[in-house]
Amino acid sequence: MSQVRVLVGTKKGAFILSSDGKREKWDVSGPHFAGWEIYHMKGSPADPNRLYVSQSTGWHGQVIQRSNDGGQTWEAVDNKFVYDGVAGTHQWYDGTPHPWEFKRVWHLEPSLADPDTVLAGVEDAAMFRSTDGGKSWQEMAGLRGHGTGPRWQPGAGGLCLHTILLDPSDPQRIFIAISAAGAFRTDDGGATWKAINRGLRSEYIPDPNAEVGHCVHHMAMHPSRPDVLFMQKHWDVMRSDDAGDNWTEVSGNLPTDFGFVIDVHAHEPETIYVVPIKSDMEHYPLDGKLRVFRSRSGGNEWEALTNGLPQENCFVNVLRDAMSMDSLDSCGVYFGTTGGQVYASADAGDSWKPIVRDLPAVLSVEVQTLA
Amino acid sequence: MIRVVLPGHLRTLASVKGDVELDIEGPATQRSVLDALEARYPVLQGTLRDHVTKERRAFIRFFACSEDLSHEPPDALLPEAVANGTEPFLVVGAIAGGCY
Repeated sequence: MSQVRVLVGTKKGAFILSSDGKREKWDVSGPHFAGWEIYHMKGSPADPNRLYVSQSTGWHGQVIQRSNDGGQTWEAVDNKFVYDGVAGTHQWYDGTPHPWEFKRVWHLEPSLADPDTVLAGVEDAAMFRSTDGGKSWQEMAGLRGHGTGPRWQPGAGGLCLHTILLDPSDPQRIFIAISAAGAFRTDDGGATWKAINRGLRSEYIPDPNAEVGHCVHHMAMHPSRPDVLFMQKHWDVMRSDDAGDNWTEVSGNLPTDFGFVIDVHAHEPETIYVVPIKSDMEHYPLDGKLRVFRSRSGGNEWEALTNGLPQENCFVNVLRDAMSMDSLDSCGVYFGTTGGQVYASADAGDSWKPIVRDLPAVLSVEVQTLA
Repeated sequence: MIRVVLPGHLRTLASVKGDVELDIEGPATQRSVLDALEARYPVLQGTLRDHVTKERRAFIRFFACSEDLSHEPPDALLPEAVANGTEPFLVVGAIAGGCY
């Protein structure tokens, strides 16, 4: 029978939630790496028991952990992330030059084919790759060096590379997103990159239609249609049908189009999910009601999903990497909150239950569907 | 023999219990102690000082004999009581209580 494993990164450790395919009873393992911030943990599609974890604190910096047995045992691997060559400068919040400084790994994206190959999106924004299971890391310097890097500026959370999408039909094509620089694409395995922000409009920068400077919060793609991308920007939910070359807004009837997460149904490429947040100054749901919004038309027309979610006095946030899907039939949807709840829906969002409710603030949620 | 006391997070990371005892060849300095510590426990590389510059991480302090040695030059001799193992070399996480 199928199993589901939910990998939860929190402010104070990692947790692994496991269930059978019914998704009714959950076993909770953790905290792993107690007391450390776990920005992200993700399993290899090629070997689901190979897990990678980004573990950090302000005191001791970055540690990368690896498991070969689905999280039963761990091994610390290399934590040396050194920018290639002369690091140079990006812009600070006030527009002055600021040296690139490594702070932490926000996102780990294992290769679709090789368990030993994994990409790391880091702050200050850059991409690193390991081809030896995390034992060494090399910067993919073409991204920072592609020309706009010196103009990148941090968002409130830092200058972080937080989203990495791999095109399953073309191993040379990778999409990434940076707050607050925007979205970028490589078509040659990372040697060269281009900004893909045409159509984004951000009123908080001097030129609202600038090539870079947009605070992209997250992006999502369905593996069957890698040219179709969905984006939750700081404000605005966006869609591209040409691999990011052009974007159009699909916020439609959302009550607010600020938010962090966006994800796609495992079997329906036009069914997407967001969690609207009140505003950039008030990072909690509108009216104290925690509502997931689902569009079955790839955007513009949205329905509120509330069954089982708190509809009063709820003032949590759902951070950018804290939503994920399983691939069972019907599709399971999962998200974690800064209040420490992990909610799950075994019916594509029609109804929800907390599968655990008192964890530290949830930073990331990744789901593995195991045969 | 020099005794090093690590903060809890790093004891867990390095899988050590209690003090770490190190034999140092040559003068006992911050640099020689940290070099020996990282050689014994490579997982600690980068958690106390920068991988490349070897500068102390901002939230790490070094205490010994009731003195704050954090701003001493890395090649300055440690107190004799530390060098002969009478007193421990303390690695301390800076106070950050109440953050979250």
